[in-house]
Amino acid sequence: MSTVAMAPEADKLPAARKASSGGGLGRYLVVRFLLIIPTIFILVTLVFVLMRTTGDPITAALGGRLTPEQLADRIHQAGYDRPIIVQYFEYLGQIFTGNFGTTISTKRPVLEVLTTYGPATFELAFYSLIVAFLVGIPLGMLAAYHRDKATDAIARISAILFYATPVFFVGLLLKLVFAVWLGWLPVAGRATTASELEMNFLPNKTGFYTIDAIQTGNPEVVSDVLSHAVLPAIALGLLTAGVFLRLVRTNVIGTLSTDYVDAARSRGVSEFRLVRKHAYRPALIPIITVIGLQIALLLGGAVLTETTFEWKGLGFELVEFIKARDFVAVQGIVVLLAVIVAFTNFIVDIIAALIDPRVRY
Amino acid sequence: MTTATLRPVAKPSLWQRLPVVHQLRQSVGVQRGMLVAGLVLMAIFILTAVFAPLLAPFRFNQLRDASGTFGSQQPPSAAHPLGTTVGGYDVLSRVIWGAQTAILVIVVAVLLSIFIGVLLGLVSGYFGGWPDRVLVVVCDAIYAFPSLLLAIVMSIVISGGKSDLAGGILAAAISITVVYIPQYFRVIRAETVRIKAEAYVESAKVLGASSPRIMFRHVLRNATRTLPLIVTLNSSEAILTLAGLGFIGFGIEPSSAAEWGYDLNKSISDVTSGIWWTALFPGVAIVLAVLGITLVGESLNDLADPRLRGRRAVAKASGEVAETSVVPGGTLDGGPGGIRGLEDGESFDEHGIEVRS
Repeated sequence: MSTVAMAPEADKLPAARKASSGGGLGRYLVVRFLLIIPTIFILVTLVFVLMRTTGDPITAALGGRLTPEQLADRIHQAGYDRPIIVQYFEYLGQIFTGNFGTTISTKRPVLEVLTTYGPATFELAFYSLIVAFLVGIPLGMLAAYHRDKATDAIARISAILFYATPVFFVGLLLKLVFAVWLGWLPVAGRATTASELEMNFLPNKTGFYTIDAIQTGNPEVVSDVLSHAVLPAIALGLLTAGVFLRLVRTNVIGTLSTDYVDAARSRGVSEFRLVRKHAYRPALIPIITVIGLQIALLLGGAVLTETTFEWKGLGFELVEFIKARDFVAVQGIVVLLAVIVAFTNFIVDIIAALIDPRVRY
Repeated sequence: MTTATLRPVAKPSLWQRLPVVHQLRQSVGVQRGMLVAGLVLMAIFILTAVFAPLLAPFRFNQLRDASGTFGSQQPPSAAHPLGTTVGGYDVLSRVIWGAQTAILVIVVAVLLSIFIGVLLGLVSGYFGGWPDRVLVVVCDAIYAFPSLLLAIVMSIVISGGKSDLAGGILAAAISITVVYIPQYFRVIRAETVRIKAEAYVESAKVLGASSPRIMFRHVLRNATRTLPLIVTLNSSEAILTLAGLGFIGFGIEPSSAAEWGYDLNKSISDVTSGIWWTALFPGVAIVLAVLGITLVGESLNDLADPRLRGRRAVAKASGEVAETSVVPGGTLDGGPGGIRGLEDGESFDEHGIEVRS
């Protein structure tokens, strides 16, 4: 749950609002942290109940390939023939101790899937956020300043286009033009086999290819890794860039019409400085809050981008598990992502509260 | 919102009463251009879907005609203006039929989520108490979660991954519905909480009106003015979610319906070998459909907000809003947790719904 989700709540319940605003930041932190628990609990329960109403995962994965006796045996071994409520509490206990289950198809703990493939997804999300900032914020400011002019129209239409184009289609187009036709950038993957081999020999490899590539000290590996990241990062980043663009535009338009901007203008502050310093700073606060919600969008988009570019991250693995009908793994990854989203939202809300005291009250 | 949207919308079809004409007259310059472009694209999209059987040269699952099989990955030619896919289908026909699938999913998904979301929001907001609290927390939890992942889980539940036309459309639509219910719920609930404190609700109570009557006649009618906006935003996102599901392998089988996301998934390897027509056309179809709906939604949103409306139109229209507002005492952002979230600032979250920090 984010502040956004909480805001109407706090508005509507004056009593609760009073209680949580009493202690300032410290108290807000605690209350906000405690709110993670029901969020995760609800999602875990929801996913568990939904997935289990379809039947047990063993039949889904292996049904038709085993005889009914073998199947019943496997189900019994895994404990899927026990009452659902027993399974549910067992599952909750497992999650509490950090056990997200073991995949059926590859027989690996889901947590290990996360540590292996998580860094790739994190890297992709990180790069695409950079793209989003670089594209979204300047364009948004430009559009706000040239409001209702041609620049504004172009910027806004591109924002809508960024939103309207599915990440995987952007990805396919970029791939077609820059990788296949022009041959400037690699088609897919995170690095060439040679680079991957070189990084494999590192004593303490992190799984973050950028860090690993720098560790090798080989500039070729670094440029190879970076060039692989360009197209996926743009594909995923443009989606978020559109959101940032609109947000910056609206907020800068709002702040440009405030009294203090008028006052600054009358003092002879240059127009460039007005936009750059006076109007832009306060417009950034909503962006920080919205980043929290963007994490969910980024993770969803990452699943699609990773599939497009064979970027071996969590999303790519998720799709592989879906194809293998390994629903234990799917459930594990989805729940894990829910936990990640909940915690990221928490962190983003705390940052927002640190920057903008109004959020705390 | 504007004068026209404030009219009661309880009569049969919301779509018929979507007050686009008023907004068209209100808009100027770029804004009018965007609205008109959006409406044109939407019209093309809907007409294509309705007349797909007449427009498409072949059936979506047709692999051969009188002169033999179409062949796989054939470049655009006279017989197949947009080429053929890796599976040997005609790209043009699949693109046209895909519009029909998309519309069906949107209609089912939006109707279902409006119905459930509005009902839950109304009842929950009106009666309050612990069920209300629980629903709010549950909806917030769902809301903060990546919608595609939720849709994946729902697809597994409903269809186990693959299915025929009716099953596939229903599965996709229900998956999308679950994702959108919280949005309708939140908006309607917030409005209901605000409206139930209004004097006219109290007077209805004093007159002895029953709770259902107050809810549906007094509260609902005044709580629905942001719905057209959410409907347009959700419709465009429904197309994207459907395509996303198709793209990662929850598509509707090509033999039972044409689905753009599925075709794009099959074109990943084509792109690597330089075959562009299998990816380009279904992709462009998605973009145009989403673009049309989004342009209309965006324009409605901007026209509803005096600060974002084209400047020349402000003076003309803002006076009207205040005079004819059906909200007593009526600024649009009045009331606790009211409509402010949708009026004040244009912060969009991942569902395309505006949020407030």
